Amino acid sequence: MFHFNVVTDWIDEFLHTYLLDGWALFIEFVLIGLILLTAYAVLALILIYVERKICAFFQCRLGPTRVGPLGLFQSVADMIKILLKELIKINKVDPLLFRLAAFLVIIASICTFGAIPFDKGLHVIDFNIGVFYLLAISSLGVVGILLAGWSSNNKYTMIGAMRSGAQLISYELSCGLSLMTIIMLSGTMQLSVIVEQQDYAWNIFRGGIPAVIAFVIYLIAGHAETNRGPFDLPEAESELTAGYHTEYSGIQFGFFYLAEYLNMFIIAAIATTLFLGGWMPLHVPGWESFNEVMNYIPPVLWFFGKTFFCVFLALWVRWTMPRLRIDQLLNLEWKILMPLSLLNIIFMALWIIYW
Amino acid sequence: MSNSALFSVVLVTAIFMVVAALLIAWLLAPKSTNPVKGEPYECGIPTRGTSWSQFKVGYYLFAILYLVFDVETVLLFPWATIMKDLSTQGLVCMAFFFIILTFGLAYAWKKGALKWK
Repeated sequence: MFHFNVVTDWIDEFLHTYLLDGWALFIEFVLIGLILLTAYAVLALILIYVERKICAFFQCRLGPTRVGPLGLFQSVADMIKILLKELIKINKVDPLLFRLAAFLVIIASICTFGAIPFDKGLHVIDFNIGVFYLLAISSLGVVGILLAGWSSNNKYTMIGAMRSGAQLISYELSCGLSLMTIIMLSGTMQLSVIVEQQDYAWNIFRGGIPAVIAFVIYLIAGHAETNRGPFDLPEAESELTAGYHTEYSGIQFGFFYLAEYLNMFIIAAIATTLFLGGWMPLHVPGWESFNEVMNYIPPVLWFFGKTFFCVFLALWVRWTMPRLRIDQLLNLEWKILMPLSLLNIIFMALWIIYW
Repeated sequence: MSNSALFSVVLVTAIFMVVAALLIAWLLAPKSTNPVKGEPYECGIPTRGTSWSQFKVGYYLFAILYLVFDVETVLLFPWATIMKDLSTQGLVCMAFFFIILTFGLAYAWKKGALKWK
């Protein structure tokens, strides 16, 4: 198997042989930043294109076709256009918080993005409390959204922000509790170790029924966390114009837009890492020749394949289901998902100890 | 490289991206003013009053419930990591905690805190 740590180790050695330690470290940091930003922007462009195409196919349309072959450059054009749009100054907003809100949302999103292991040696942050870090930093986004809605001084944004706050914090519980079942299974919170453990069987197979239940709960709760699909009450177009980001224009709106798409990817990537084996190829114990064949597919492709499968599931739900009402939304979380995930933890504990 | 250093690299990258994008937009974007441009985007007619007013208490209730359960989740995480070593004994101890947790949810449910009014 080819792993990226060969490349990163080589770069590290190369820089250290020709430069002083301090400069080598500095150049490495700059490289990390550049790669992170490029990956973030490119992924956002791909995701926007994929979403528009898939949405079009669900509705029997063609989607973007004009800009470039098959409309491939449509999202690039959109990105340039959004950079060139005016940042409108609204009279009654709280100027500091109004700006800070957009920053918080995108910074939370990038910091989460940095902790995802794409391949061995292809992740930036690898805390030994990785899962905790992901949960903590991604919940910063809620603060950004609440601030955005409140500081805009607009009725629609206020309602959108309040709905969003209630929704995001509620679904965060199920998210955390379903991730906990996997932590119980693997006994560690370090993402790289969790992936390494799934060499012979992905967690979803290793953990049996409780892991499958946790996976489904995580997909639902994670989907709600991204403010999309049937859970898009905070930005319900038909009721609230654009919800919490009604007043934002130009690139400030672009930040929310980017963060929304990347959060979808991040949720899918976390689901992949914890449940579907991250960059590990599909291995079946006993089938040696089959495992050998699977090893020929590079781990990065495995990771992106699985992640885009999860993204596709999210898009499928989004373009199929009608929007929920706020009481239905909160009932689903507090009366179904939450007790279910609490039970699931006990179930998982019993499964691990007595199976 | 230590993780804290890497985290600060990521944070600086994020801030750099935000600032760079804003700077590009500020340099390239057109700027114009007119009297009604700064009005809140609501209905077309001038907005009445401020939006910074009292809001439905239902959301607040869910926030409090969230706070309780989230702290409990944080308490559960360390147990989850060493659950295999603690085995049955740990599970029994945690079961009491779980019962209290479930009672909390059941109490809130019974009291009608989960009902949207």
